[in-house]
Amino acid sequence: MAYLFNTPDEIAAMLDAIGADSIDELFSQIPDRLQLDGPLDLPGGLSEPALEAHLRQLAAANSGTAARICLMGGGVYDHFIPAAVDEIASRGEFYTAYTPYQAEASQGSLQAFFEFQTLICQLTGMDISNASLYEAGTAVSEAVFMAMRVTRRHGRVVVLGSLHPEYQQVLETYLDNLECQLEIVATPNGFADVSIVSEALDDTTCCLVIQHPNFFGGLEDVAPLCQAAHDAGSLAVVCFDPLSLGLLKSPADCGADIAVAEGQALGIPAQYGGPFLGLLTCRKEFVRQMPGRLIGQTTDREGRDCYVLNLQAREQHIRREKATSNICTNQGLLALRATVYLALLGREGLNEVSQLCCRKAHYAAQRLAELPGIELMFDRPFFKEFTIRCRDGAKSVIDRAAAAGFDLGPTLARFPRLTASLGDDAAQETLLVAVTEQRTREEIDGLVDALATEPAKLSSQP
Amino acid sequence: MRNSLATELLFALSRPGRRAARFPDCDVPLQPLDELVPSQHLATADREKRPTLPELTEADVIRHFHNLSTLNMSVDTHFYPLGSCTMKYNPKRHERLAGLPGLVDLHPYQRINDQQGMLALLYDLQKMLAEISGLPAVSLQPAAGAQGEFAALLVASAWFRSRGESRSRVLFPSSAHGTNPASAAIAGFECLQLKEGTDGLVDLAELEQHLDENTAVFMITNPNTLGLFEQQIEEITEKVHAVGGLVYIDGANMNAIMGITRPGDFGGDMMHFNVHKTFTGPHGAGGPGAGPIAVREELSEFLPGPIVTSNLDDDGNPHFQLEDPPRSIGRVRSHFGNVGILVRGYCYLRTLGPDGVRDVARHAVLNANYLKSLICDLLPVPHGQHCMHEFVASAARLKEERDISAMDIAKRLLDFGFHAPTVYFPLVVPEAMMIEPTETESKRTMDAFAETIRTIAAEDPGFLHEAPHQTPVSRPDDVQAARHPVLSWTPEDGS
Repeated sequence: MAYLFNTPDEIAAMLDAIGADSIDELFSQIPDRLQLDGPLDLPGGLSEPALEAHLRQLAAANSGTAARICLMGGGVYDHFIPAAVDEIASRGEFYTAYTPYQAEASQGSLQAFFEFQTLICQLTGMDISNASLYEAGTAVSEAVFMAMRVTRRHGRVVVLGSLHPEYQQVLETYLDNLECQLEIVATPNGFADVSIVSEALDDTTCCLVIQHPNFFGGLEDVAPLCQAAHDAGSLAVVCFDPLSLGLLKSPADCGADIAVAEGQALGIPAQYGGPFLGLLTCRKEFVRQMPGRLIGQTTDREGRDCYVLNLQAREQHIRREKATSNICTNQGLLALRATVYLALLGREGLNEVSQLCCRKAHYAAQRLAELPGIELMFDRPFFKEFTIRCRDGAKSVIDRAAAAGFDLGPTLARFPRLTASLGDDAAQETLLVAVTEQRTREEIDGLVDALATEPAKLSSQP
Repeated sequence: MRNSLATELLFALSRPGRRAARFPDCDVPLQPLDELVPSQHLATADREKRPTLPELTEADVIRHFHNLSTLNMSVDTHFYPLGSCTMKYNPKRHERLAGLPGLVDLHPYQRINDQQGMLALLYDLQKMLAEISGLPAVSLQPAAGAQGEFAALLVASAWFRSRGESRSRVLFPSSAHGTNPASAAIAGFECLQLKEGTDGLVDLAELEQHLDENTAVFMITNPNTLGLFEQQIEEITEKVHAVGGLVYIDGANMNAIMGITRPGDFGGDMMHFNVHKTFTGPHGAGGPGAGPIAVREELSEFLPGPIVTSNLDDDGNPHFQLEDPPRSIGRVRSHFGNVGILVRGYCYLRTLGPDGVRDVARHAVLNANYLKSLICDLLPVPHGQHCMHEFVASAARLKEERDISAMDIAKRLLDFGFHAPTVYFPLVVPEAMMIEPTETESKRTMDAFAETIRTIAAEDPGFLHEAPHQTPVSRPDDVQAARHPVLSWTPEDGS
């Protein structure tokens, strides 16, 4: 078989050492009637060349960002990934190791994760970062659980309707069996009204969850919203875009108590939605309520700096049902990618990416809004993503763009929650457009020209 | 050889003005930024006072991380018999194939007709996992085993609710992974831990005593964390079913039984797979994993979605869609799942085929029993005659006779170039060393490992308490780390 090592002679010698006549005998503890009497119904094994041909065929039936110019958003973005990120992440010493339980044999990973925690603190201005969670939806949920422990309020959580609808769904699932009520404040104008949010907060509310820039791309009044949460004795949880922070105020400067994010933008490919990277940061007084692994610096017996898994008494392998979270396997390799990415970017690179995204997105928004039948859905400042409303329907615009070699979307009609709050007609006509630093003026102009062409002329195209 | 520059922190290497990543000049009109974004949203000059990202060249970054990588032990470089983690070889073809354009760069909101290849792959993976588990309905969404447990417990909860029942208790043996009780707690259940029998298996009388109409789920790892198959699994599942409860199989140890027996056939109602263990998703120094769950038909309508479904188009070709099960518990994460890891698992199963799957289990069990036979005189294995894919040895006698602990052996193994086994788990074995060689290790490697254990057992205990001696650092001061946590770097002047 493909990955087995031992020869028939060795197998015989091994059975002899064990004192067994056959491998079958080793399975005698499984009652006979439970043992399968034939092979599983699985497709036959493939050689490496045959497997590669098969996977190439499957891959060719998809359109990745290499196939068309990507202006898609919704929490997954086509940012540039430097070659050095792939190079480091493909080192077997990193990607074939596991959780660094044996610190002396894992200083490479441990130091990299300590650097990750530091870089995320530098990026956000927050005091403490953990060593990663699965993705943003679970990071939001873990932040809410953390806020319940910190405030000892288990009655309700208030979430802005402009939070990514899938993160809302994840949170709803996580709260499924608990007392805590999920209160969603509608945001029909594409952003939250601070006075309406204030009314929703009460003395049983553990936290307010704000996404900024929000799902529609718009900027929220984060500082007043955080203040409103604090006035109610609740925590402010801010879900941010890491690559906006070369330009926008940091979560710490806005008053966030816990800041979370989707880290996909930090050197991680789209790969159909995962694995991604959940970021979770907080103020230092909450550190012992944090979920997930934390790497700490200490010294060894010779007084040399070294790194260890720290404050493990919070975690499931020690604390079991009293742990702060059930997370065990995290997203280490993606945290490594983000570490290398941020190290390559540096302070200037971060500023440049943020500014390029912002300028190009505004250029694209202005040009698209000049087209008859297309307008910006919300009158709201944005960063790199915005929502457009198309008289011909979102699907038709997405199809026409695709025919001309551009990917847009998703349409808001994809999310039942938004259809309910915006109305079905509006949802059918709206879609997201995200513009990263990768897009050129020529590409944006090309998209606008393609959409300017009368739809009737294109209707015969596939 | 390595000099001290090699392992300095990135922040110490930083010098103002250095650059790695550079971007093309802006080719759209250079409007002032505060005309694009109102100034109350913009970072102020104050931010410059605090530490910002380091400034490095690409060469700095590459040398830094290459040097760091050499401080790690890994499956590619070392024998890594970390029990319960299935540290098997990670085939290189998977890395290339998961990186193919069309897979690695596919946006999750791409139009459905533009993702048919990916959906075909995921649909077939659902089918293969259903076949291996003997449970017909699969959700690939959970991001790791622990999230699979959590999702399945919510499925159970929703199922009970649909029947007008409210059951609040989850039971598990004391040898269960810590994730079992932790998942039950966040899913809103109360936890009850059962004592094992002296044979290391579930004690039927103890189980029966605690089963009642309030029992929601019994969680059991089979083979269990002692590396033993729960021989009475049918009686166990019958008893749980008799009080109306469900049986959850923690699939962490599927490497021992896939193709040999199936959780669905021995009475399991729900289970998770650890794709990063059983199906070679690389462990990534901590993750990512993927934790698909499989359930029996009656529970399928509650699974987390989306699920890939298939029907035939007008030309009779399969057309794939994404659907949420009708009474789904909802999402447990955004987007489809940890697809990059699922693709690797798919590649592995397509390489193995049905005979290969079975061979993996057979050789994993052969290797574990062989290694056990080499060291059990020195490190007795208190439970069972034969083990499955792993075994738990005890250093209790060495500790008593020579003052050599499981920790001493674990640390000293590092000096000899072997990663340590899992130690001090499960708690039912004193001075536990949980050893899982996996099927991808050779007899020669295991012979050398056993020989090294003998060498260590004969060494001076005082010398062992100070081990390791050859690693890049010696034993870290964990107490200091916990008492004064330093969780990020700050400049020396404290600004």
